[in-house]
Amino acid sequence: MHELSLSGAIVNTVEKHAAGRRVSVVSLRIGALRQVVPDTLDFYFGFVSKGTVCEGARLGQELIPARLRCASCEREWEIELPLFMCPACGSAGRVEVACGDEFEVESIEVEEAECIAQR
Amino acid sequence: MHRTKVKIVEEALDANNTIAQANRADFDRAGVRVVNFMSAPGAGKTALLERVVADLPGVRVGVLEGDVQGSMDADRLAALHVPVTQLNTAPSFGGECHLDANMVRSALPELPLDEIDLLVIENVGNLVCPAEFKVGEDARIMVSSITEGEEKPLKYPLMFRACELVLINKIDLLPHLDFDLDRFLYNLDAVHPGVERILVSAKTGEGVDEWREWLAKVGSAEEVRV
Repeated sequence: MHELSLSGAIVNTVEKHAAGRRVSVVSLRIGALRQVVPDTLDFYFGFVSKGTVCEGARLGQELIPARLRCASCEREWEIELPLFMCPACGSAGRVEVACGDEFEVESIEVEEAECIAQR
Repeated sequence: MHRTKVKIVEEALDANNTIAQANRADFDRAGVRVVNFMSAPGAGKTALLERVVADLPGVRVGVLEGDVQGSMDADRLAALHVPVTQLNTAPSFGGECHLDANMVRSALPELPLDEIDLLVIENVGNLVCPAEFKVGEDARIMVSSITEGEEKPLKYPLMFRACELVLINKIDLLPHLDFDLDRFLYNLDAVHPGVERILVSAKTGEGVDEWREWLAKVGSAEEVRV
């Protein structure tokens, strides 16, 4: 359900950088820990972007797996379930997220009219 | 017409976080500490606040009550003679399922910041979106009631990881339910190892003293950093 709120955040971020130009592609980097459902995000983005520079834009969703790192034994591993314990040394307090909590707009593709004055 | 790629690399919630920092700066200037209080609907947020807001030792509390609509919770707290400000998301914010930094900012002019030391922002009941949106708080507290089951930390890790304190409410019901407290605590530590937790019953008052002390500590802190 948070895909609706997140779609609004994406549109806000893109609008800031698009400077009024029509956007054709929005590329995102989404970590697994953010629990985003790709189809749901597509659906809400299409809905929220209506009437903005993002209307009709395609969402590119690069999914980043969740990887943890144990600061005690330096082991790094990928997780499916959100279990923040080191399988090697059992340490819990010193486990850090190596990647997987991103929710970034990586880039956008904008459409630009040819500038006649420069020809 | 041609297409140009524009590199951005920006956390999509940066716009919210920027406003949250502005809120935080305003609260700091007023000398007010802020708690973002979150849970699923019906976990007992308002009941737990009723237990403590009127008598935090040395700390004057105000409440910003976030709801989609209605002022039932605000009325309950106002009856305790603490200043309560209602923030409904239905009329101006599209019935949002959570509070964000901008909504809280819109309520700033109505908050009696010079009369309080601690503002408790009771978020809209929801275990998902409130975890994503900072509002300018010093500390985040969530309530998980035992009627919700043992697996909630595994299902909603964003929320359980986003908070500094977990209140485990309705423990008066332990003898009547199949709820396995040890399994819940194991799941909680798997998701957020070592997070502070208090077992509490808003109904019987068990654990309420500890809850009051925790909140008073935040309210009287010179500086708290999340």
